[in-house]
Amino acid sequence: MTIESNVLLEARGLTRVYHRGSEKIQAVDGVSLTIRRGEFVSFMGPSGSGKTTLVNLLGCLDNPSAGELDIAGRNIFGGGKILGERDLTRVRRELFGYIFQNFYLIPTLTVRENVALPLAFYRKPGVETEVERLLAMLGMEHRMEHLPEQISGGEMQRVAIARALVNRPEILLADEPTGNLDSKRSGEIGEILKDLNRNAGLTIVMVSHNPELARLGGRLVEMRDGQAYET
Amino acid sequence: MITPFQVAYKNLLRKKVRTLLTLVGITLSTWVLVSLFGFNRGYEKALNRDIENMGYQLMVMAKGCPYEAATMMLQGGTGLRYMDQSMVNDIIKEAEVDKITPILMQAFFDPNKGESGGIAGYFGVDPATYPAMKPFFRFRSGGWFHDNSAPEVVMGYEAAELEQREVGDMTLVPEKNVQLKVVGILERTGTQDDGTIFVPLKTLQRIAGIDKITTIGIKVKKDADITKLENKLYQLKDVQVVSFSQVKQTIMKLISTARVMVLSIAIVAILIAMAGVVNTVLMSVLERLQEIGILKTMGAMPGDIFRLVWTETLILCSIGGIAGIGFAFLFARATDLLMRRILPYAPSGGLVAIDGKLALLTLGSIITTGLLSGLYPAWKAGRVRPLESIRRDG
Repeated sequence: MTIESNVLLEARGLTRVYHRGSEKIQAVDGVSLTIRRGEFVSFMGPSGSGKTTLVNLLGCLDNPSAGELDIAGRNIFGGGKILGERDLTRVRRELFGYIFQNFYLIPTLTVRENVALPLAFYRKPGVETEVERLLAMLGMEHRMEHLPEQISGGEMQRVAIARALVNRPEILLADEPTGNLDSKRSGEIGEILKDLNRNAGLTIVMVSHNPELARLGGRLVEMRDGQAYET
Repeated sequence: MITPFQVAYKNLLRKKVRTLLTLVGITLSTWVLVSLFGFNRGYEKALNRDIENMGYQLMVMAKGCPYEAATMMLQGGTGLRYMDQSMVNDIIKEAEVDKITPILMQAFFDPNKGESGGIAGYFGVDPATYPAMKPFFRFRSGGWFHDNSAPEVVMGYEAAELEQREVGDMTLVPEKNVQLKVVGILERTGTQDDGTIFVPLKTLQRIAGIDKITTIGIKVKKDADITKLENKLYQLKDVQVVSFSQVKQTIMKLISTARVMVLSIAIVAILIAMAGVVNTVLMSVLERLQEIGILKTMGAMPGDIFRLVWTETLILCSIGGIAGIGFAFLFARATDLLMRRILPYAPSGGLVAIDGKLALLTLGSIITTGLLSGLYPAWKAGRVRPLESIRRDG
C-alpha cells in the first residue's frame, strides 16, 4: 500500500466566510491539509481561531465558501458545488461518527437504545452486533438497561462514543469531547480515544482546549486566525 | 434494535403532563364528535321509527297550528281542536285511501301523577279500524276491547308498569271518576305507545262528553299518489292535512338550531384539540433542536425526522381518538339523556346511534386532522440543520 493510497482526507484551500451585517468574518482561511488512515489529529487554538469551523468543514457539517475536500477518494466539495442537507447527511452517515462536548443522549432511551439509535435510520451491513460489542469494549455492559440520568458524565460520553462508532465510521470527529468532564474522567476518555486509534486503527479528528488531551494524538495542528499550523 | 416508532413513543413520555393534557383534549373532542355524529344518525332514525310506528302516512285534523299538531300527535298533549266524525265517511271514498281510522285524543289532570300531579293522556280508538294500523302491536296479556263502547282500556307497557295494572284490574279516569277495566297490556314497542292508554272511541267520547274526534289517520294504498290525495283533502272544510314527511321536516327544523349548536361546539373542540397537538409537537421539536441535529449527524435524513415527529402526532391522535370513542360508547346513554333535556322534541328510542363504522370513520377523521396539524412541526423538524442546532447549544 502506497502512502498516497493511505490518504483518507485531503483539504485544498478550504475557506469559510461568514457575514455578520456588513462585517465579513474569515473563520477559515485557505487551509490545506491531508489526513491519512489511522491518524489521530488534534486541533488546538484560542477561541475564535477557527478550529471548530475547520473541523465542521472536514466533518461535512457545513459547506465551505471556497476550496476542495476529498474523503476516501471521493470529491465532496469542489468546483463551487454546494451540497444540500440530504447529500451532506449521506456523506456523514457513510464516513463519520461524531462526539460532542454535550453528549446528546436521549433521556427516555436506555444506554443500549441510545447506542442503537443511528441504526434506526441507517445501517451498514454486518453492524447488528456492534451495540453489545462496543458497550462491552467501553466497559459499559453492566449499564446497558440504565437511563442516561442513572449514569455519570464519563459514562455518558462512553455511550456517546459507542453511538458514534456503531455504524463503523471511517473517521471519528470529536469536538471538545471532555469539555464537560472533570480531569479524571477526561483522562479516561482520552485513553479510550487513544486505544481506539492505536488498537482499532480508527482515524480520529479532535478539537480540544485541553493540551494534555490534544497531545494524545500523534499529530497536533494549531489554529490561528483561520489558518492551520502543524506543530 | 430500536425502531423510529419506539423513539417517537418514548419522546412523548418526556413531558408526561403536557402529553396527557393534549391527549385529554383529543379525547374530549373525539368524544363530542362521535356523540354528535351518533346523534345525527340516531335522531333521524328514531324519528323515522316513530313515524313508521304511527301506522299511517297522513293525518287529517281540525285547522290549527300544524307544528303543535305534529308534535302532539307524536308526544301526546292537549288543546287540539275537534272535527265531525262524519269526515271519515267523506275521506274513505277517495281512491287512494287504503285504511282509515278516527282518533280522539283527551288529556285529564291526574293529581296523583308525579309529585305535583300531571296530565294523563288517553287515545280513543276504533277497535274495528285502529288495530289494522298497528299490526306490529303484541300483547303481553289480554287483547283489544270487546266493542267500541265497552268500558275497557288497553294499556301501553310503561303505562301499565307505572300504574301497576294487570289484565282484569280496574283503572280510574282522573277528573271524570270513571272506572274502566284493563283488558289488554301491550308488549314494549320502544315508542310513545308504551305510555299511552287506549280506550274505545265511543267510551272516551261518552266520558269526555263530546261526540267529535281530533284526528283521522290515513294509510295510503301502495303506489298511490300521496300528494294528489293531500290536495284532495285540502278541499275539505276547516281541516289541515299533515303528512309525516312534513312532520319529519318540521321536527328536523325544530332541532336544527340544537344540531348547529352542537356541531359548532364540536368544531371548536376539534380546533382546540388540534391547536393542542400543534403546540405539544412544536414545543417538543423546539426543545429538541440539538437532539434532532445530532440525529442528522447520525444519518437521519430530513424525511426520517419528518416521519419521526409525524409518528408522535399519529400516536397522540390514535390514543386520544380511541379513548374518545371508548368514552362515547360508554356514556352514550348519558348523552342520550342530556340531548333529551336540551331538545324541544325527542323521539322515543335511542337518540345516539354509535356503531363500529361510525367509530372508525371518526377515528380516521381525527387522525387525518391530527396529521395535518402535525405537518408544520414535522416539516420544521425535518429542516433542522445539525450545525445550527449544535451552535445554538453553545
